[in-house]
Amino acid sequence: MVGTDFVHPYIPNSNPTSLSAMLEEIGVSSIEELFHSLAKELRYQGSLELPEAWDSEIELRRFISETLQKNTAFEPHQNFRGGGCWQHYVPSICDEILSRGEFLTAYTGSRHANVGSFQAQFEFQSMIAELTDMDVVSYVSYDWGSAASTALGMAQRITQRRKLLIPRNIGPWRSSQIETMRASSNIDWINIDPASGQIELNELRESMGPDVAAIYIENPCYLGNLETEVEAISALAHEQGAIFIVGVDPLSLGVIEAPGSYEADIVCGTIQTLGIHMFAGGGLAGLLAMRDEQRIKTECPWPILGLLETQQENEFTFGWANFDRTPYGLRDESQDFIGTGQTIWAIIAGVYLALMGPQGIKEIGETILQRSHYAAKKLAAIPSITLPMNKATYFKEFIINIDGSGKKISTVNEILTDLGFNSGIDLSESYPQFGQAMLVAITECHTKADIDVFAQALDKTLS
Amino acid sequence: MRKKKYINEVFQQTRWMQGIIYEQSVEGDRGILPPETEPEIMSEIDESWKIPSALKRKLNPNLPEVAQLYVLRHYTRLSQMVFGNNVANNIGLATATMKYSPLVNEDLVRMKQVAEIHPEQDVRSLQGMLEIVYGLEQALKTLSGMDHVSMQPGGGAAAIFTNAKIVKHYHEDRGEGDHRTQIITTLNSHPANAAAAASVGFEVIHLPPGSAGYPDIESLKAAISDKTAGLMTTNPEDTGLFNPKIKEWTDLIHQAGGLCVHDHANANGVIGIARSREANFDLCHFNLHKTFSIPHGSYGGGTGAVGVHNDLERYLPKPRITFDGDLYSLDFDLPDSIGTVRSYLGNIQAHVKAFAWIMALGEKGIRRVAEIAVLNNNYMTEKIAEIRGASISYHPDNTNWRIEQTRFSWEELNRDTGVDTEDIRNRVVDYGIQTYWPSHHPYTVPQPFSLEPTESVSKADIDELIEVFTRVSEEAYRNPEIVQNAPHKSSTSAVDPASFADPPMSWRVYQRRKNKNT
Repeated sequence: MVGTDFVHPYIPNSNPTSLSAMLEEIGVSSIEELFHSLAKELRYQGSLELPEAWDSEIELRRFISETLQKNTAFEPHQNFRGGGCWQHYVPSICDEILSRGEFLTAYTGSRHANVGSFQAQFEFQSMIAELTDMDVVSYVSYDWGSAASTALGMAQRITQRRKLLIPRNIGPWRSSQIETMRASSNIDWINIDPASGQIELNELRESMGPDVAAIYIENPCYLGNLETEVEAISALAHEQGAIFIVGVDPLSLGVIEAPGSYEADIVCGTIQTLGIHMFAGGGLAGLLAMRDEQRIKTECPWPILGLLETQQENEFTFGWANFDRTPYGLRDESQDFIGTGQTIWAIIAGVYLALMGPQGIKEIGETILQRSHYAAKKLAAIPSITLPMNKATYFKEFIINIDGSGKKISTVNEILTDLGFNSGIDLSESYPQFGQAMLVAITECHTKADIDVFAQALDKTLS
Repeated sequence: MRKKKYINEVFQQTRWMQGIIYEQSVEGDRGILPPETEPEIMSEIDESWKIPSALKRKLNPNLPEVAQLYVLRHYTRLSQMVFGNNVANNIGLATATMKYSPLVNEDLVRMKQVAEIHPEQDVRSLQGMLEIVYGLEQALKTLSGMDHVSMQPGGGAAAIFTNAKIVKHYHEDRGEGDHRTQIITTLNSHPANAAAAASVGFEVIHLPPGSAGYPDIESLKAAISDKTAGLMTTNPEDTGLFNPKIKEWTDLIHQAGGLCVHDHANANGVIGIARSREANFDLCHFNLHKTFSIPHGSYGGGTGAVGVHNDLERYLPKPRITFDGDLYSLDFDLPDSIGTVRSYLGNIQAHVKAFAWIMALGEKGIRRVAEIAVLNNNYMTEKIAEIRGASISYHPDNTNWRIEQTRFSWEELNRDTGVDTEDIRNRVVDYGIQTYWPSHHPYTVPQPFSLEPTESVSKADIDELIEVFTRVSEEAYRNPEIVQNAPHKSSTSAVDPASFADPPMSWRVYQRRKNKNT
């Protein structure tokens, strides 16, 4: 046991006054007595070999911040790396609400004690419902990949079938997550058209059959392109009784058609793009939205808030509408796992969408589209650069190939890093068919001048 | 020391009657303006940027239109109707380990070197972050006794899934995947153990608690067979009871060829004192948002950390961090890995906070955390047991001191008064304290309530809770209606019971139904 002289600011009752009063009150002479159910053989007798603690807050702050300063935070307008975590502008109000200790340090609690966080979650559900044109939205999942895996598992349970059809344009992270969570033996990977990045429709048609649980596509996908044949894919799924699942970046849904309008059954995606910093990937959270059909929502393992009326006129409150259908209620009968997720990001995404409104979400989508198309044109004008997916329709990301320079992306990216640019993701290992290629992400953070400066740096590096 | 009384007789939770954000929408109001594209760009790109009409959004999404100040005010007001741990007594939320989340750690993750970092930057530009994540892994190794740690899972349930998946791969690699099909868990273990095991294809056997609160060893022996893939159990369980025979349990499972997985979500009372290793577990997990002070974020920011023995290392999620003494790198070349459970390395900002918390406490401090958590809980437990109508579960069959939390029962009070545990949950809010967690499902204790005073709470906070519970018990015996109709002083009124049937799950559905009815 630690001596009684150890008092720590995080541990109020370590002060000798409270400590001895409490021991006396329960009639024991030492804390050690309270641990008697832990047999000696179960106790760890050795040293923990932890580094020496920093006694004061000032020392702690300095030590941790000096370590963190070994990281390079690129200027937002010189960061062109996306692929699942993007540099978007975070409005000040999002950070202000994130710093509210009331939201941040609460747990679920009950609607009676925490109605404010319940309402913020319900409003998030309601705004995502509008963006996706779905009627039911759940609490958020860990990230896009886990939300996609959950949606695919729901489809398997709804249809009582196993087979999943997924195009090869969803990127290495989500592919690995889905294979881990849904077993790779159930997945038929469908090839993509190299010029458009879109799913090979004929191959999809051939793979389709009455044993297919779901078709999953992304719009936009990891490679940045949009899937334009959505009506055909949707019909293909539904003709065979399969579930049609669409993954989205919701920030694009002010300009791109909502998946509900082309008959998606379940929508998943990220919400990191909605007012949340990258946090080196810690800012991720996954959205899950679905049609208001019993057979679908009953298979959703994540809790969903319902709007309740109170005994007071004109007052709403909120409650978990599907507790009995979550793993909390079903245990092993649920066939899926969920737990504490990333709700704080749903609250922040709600703040972001409330700020943007219908006009803002459309305008930001247009700005991103326009600037990304300008960037593609500008970069393609560099002699050694080509755009391998020359038939792709894209939102904010596109692929450039540098084979003409004879250089490798890894070398080029190292040089650009040293020049202060976080350039595009190297695709040469994950998508070798595109050669030495990188995925470039353009957001509202990049002005024309920023794009021109990047193009210049790239040109210089390649020549 | 503060003197009694602690009860706030005049408490009233903030009640803004704020209305849904859509009800504040004024056509044409703007919350924020995105940048407009430069005219030079527009003249260069012509029509090329336009989305093909089949995929172009025709109608603007129905988002609310609210001016900036009113968005700020709306969410600030909503926050004022939340009993976060920074604001109110949260001892009631047992199993969640509601401890102080140090503010200095929040400051640290606001640094641009955390907030504005892309996870796939050149590793040379991520050395500070990798050093901290690696450092936290080393700390969690010594705190669990495991040889290797991964913090990729996005929450506790995701960590349990990761461990279940590793168990599956381990048996498959040994050619025993087809017949080792069963996972044994206890009914008082967190439901995620059963759910995650089922989701990777195991059949789940639940052991019910015996009179001592945990299953007796005979029931474990009866459950073990050549089908046993492993044991997945919480210890101490959510009842606050530590299974003293846990090493016999793990020995029996090992003799049968199974693996033992420790759900160590309830680590707070034994951290640094009794580790997974000494109980012979092969795998374990911690919840960084519980034991390691990460704020709960109104149901996440969760982060799970899994730990495994050397012979299971090859199955850990990818990528993993390596350190050659000079440079930290990421290793993706792990052919036996179960794959990826969350993109990138996990919740990095949570890792930074957990590391800072450990560095503020050190070895002595961490052991002190466990000691005071246990002292607080037993001080509280003794007092709660004196309240009329309340009892400690599995007592007096099991008179051991509880660990970091205790599950109690209002069975007697319910029998005497008709007031049930749900009613009391609602009533305590009227005195300005957080509601409590009854129990995970299924209820193995009648009329359950569970309390966990972590090391962060003062004696005065515990005394406040005891007085409130005593008062509510008195009310139940004297004037049960006041408890049954609670809350009266909350931000929100009691629910109209009719509205529980098929409630709308978004505002658009509510509006649609309303318009249909009018």
